[in-house]
Amino acid sequence: MEKLDTLKLTSRMNARVRKNAIWKSIFFLSTLFGLIVLAVLIIRVLTQGAGWIDINFLTGRLSTDAERAGIMGALLGTVWVMLVVIPVTLIIGVGTAVYLELYAKRGKFQSFIETNISNLAGVPSIVYGLLGLTVFSRLMDLGNAVLAGGLTLSLLVLPILIVSAQEALRAVPGHLAEASYAMGATKWQTIRRVILPAALASILTGSILSLSRAIGETAPLTVLGIPAFLLPFPEGIFDTFTALPMQIYYWTLDSSLVAEYANLAAATIVVLLVLLFVLNSIAIFIRNKFQQRY
Amino acid sequence: MSMLMERKMTVENDKHVKKSSNSHRIVYDTKDLNLWYSNTHALKDINLAINEKEVTAIIGPSGCGKSTYIKTLNRMVELVPGVRTTGSITYKNKNILDKSFKVEDLRTQVGMVFQKANPFPKSIYENIAYGPKIHGIRNKKVLDEIVETSLRGAYIWDEVKDRLNENAYGLSGGQQQRLCIARCLAIQPDVILMDEPTSALDPKSTLKIEELAQELKKDYSIIIVTHNMQQAARISDKTAFFLNGEVIEFDDTNTIFTNPADNRTEDYISGRFG
Repeated sequence: MEKLDTLKLTSRMNARVRKNAIWKSIFFLSTLFGLIVLAVLIIRVLTQGAGWIDINFLTGRLSTDAERAGIMGALLGTVWVMLVVIPVTLIIGVGTAVYLELYAKRGKFQSFIETNISNLAGVPSIVYGLLGLTVFSRLMDLGNAVLAGGLTLSLLVLPILIVSAQEALRAVPGHLAEASYAMGATKWQTIRRVILPAALASILTGSILSLSRAIGETAPLTVLGIPAFLLPFPEGIFDTFTALPMQIYYWTLDSSLVAEYANLAAATIVVLLVLLFVLNSIAIFIRNKFQQRY
Repeated sequence: MSMLMERKMTVENDKHVKKSSNSHRIVYDTKDLNLWYSNTHALKDINLAINEKEVTAIIGPSGCGKSTYIKTLNRMVELVPGVRTTGSITYKNKNILDKSFKVEDLRTQVGMVFQKANPFPKSIYENIAYGPKIHGIRNKKVLDEIVETSLRGAYIWDEVKDRLNENAYGLSGGQQQRLCIARCLAIQPDVILMDEPTSALDPKSTLKIEELAQELKKDYSIIIVTHNMQQAARISDKTAFFLNGEVIEFDDTNTIFTNPADNRTEDYISGRFG
């Protein structure tokens, strides 16, 4: 065998090390791109809107007068919508995932359904708005009530939730289920006592992340005809409502008429971002608390 | 398979499969068992009569069907999609392969210990209490008692009695496997199936499991699959030698290891293949 030429090796070594450094900086710059854009957004929104956030803004009623306008109505609307979205998506989403992953026989039918769910996760949100308009607003005659908005947003995030819950269930090692079956447990007992507890942390993380997506959606709500300017506060799931992203949309749209509206929009964005931040923190907390090692 | 070949095999099996001594009753009587994974014929005309309260070892090279056979005894093999069986396995006068036989019922009477220790990611206590709980025992006092008895039965009580509420994953590999045996005892089975229970353990832990098996056979029928021939020779009363999905020879362990009737058995135990 030919021996390695030490001299040649050294001269090549420098080139290899340099190449590595170049690639490293390319990857670092790609990471930086997103971070910088995010930082610019946050700084701009904060400088423009932070000064407008006070007790009156958070708890006040909507008004055309920028100085007096508050977002309590939109905040309540978003909370009400979440109260619909959370149970609906959790029950239907986890149920579907459990059926597909643990009960359904592997076959053409099952893979057909799974492919469709993955595709649905990529359908633009405005299409879900049209679906909600047809089925919930018109067919079920819910109009632009909280329930119509909540169900539409549930539809929107269900595919994402199902896919992430399926992945969580699949990640539970098979030998745990085997141990349970080998002791005479039924499938349901095994799912409830072994598989779901082991997958719980990832399922909850996935659901909270998909809920954050639902909170920020605007397009389906505009299709449903959710008003952006609404004085009464929603008091139940059959009341007409507006939501934070609708409020942002409305103020941004009308900022050409009243310049201060742009600042109000920025302030609302800050509130929305804080809300999302809190939700994501909860997700991380849950993941750390319930995660089982296996 | 043609009738003629089937006949020939049965004859061949009968030649080597001696009837068990009268002092023992038969726990599992396998008759003409065939098993297919989709198109693979994994078990061919198995005839085995396994005695109660003995250690029966199943040996053979990889892929000979020994694991498949032991998993058929508690029907865990059905978790693999596309499995078909013919023939019968009689357990307590009933054919367990019959679809009317509830697997949950079977697996309550037949416990299993796996190749890799597989405790649940729960506390030591919850691991043992799992079986009784799924069978409806809620009384805390009864559960406490079962947990202690089972852990004592698997000779691990002294090592874990002060840390029952700690996660089972904190135990060593050997302890985890004995915990799994204890978990298996907690459902109060009649039979314990062990599928290469020591293949992932160090020699010292292996010895402990082997001693445990010796101790357990007083109360339980034990069927152990092993790729370790010394282990089979050390702990079993009877040994079955599997090759390519067939039982080549089944006899007293002593006879198998000192005076095998079939050349292939001799070749295998003397290390000429496998």
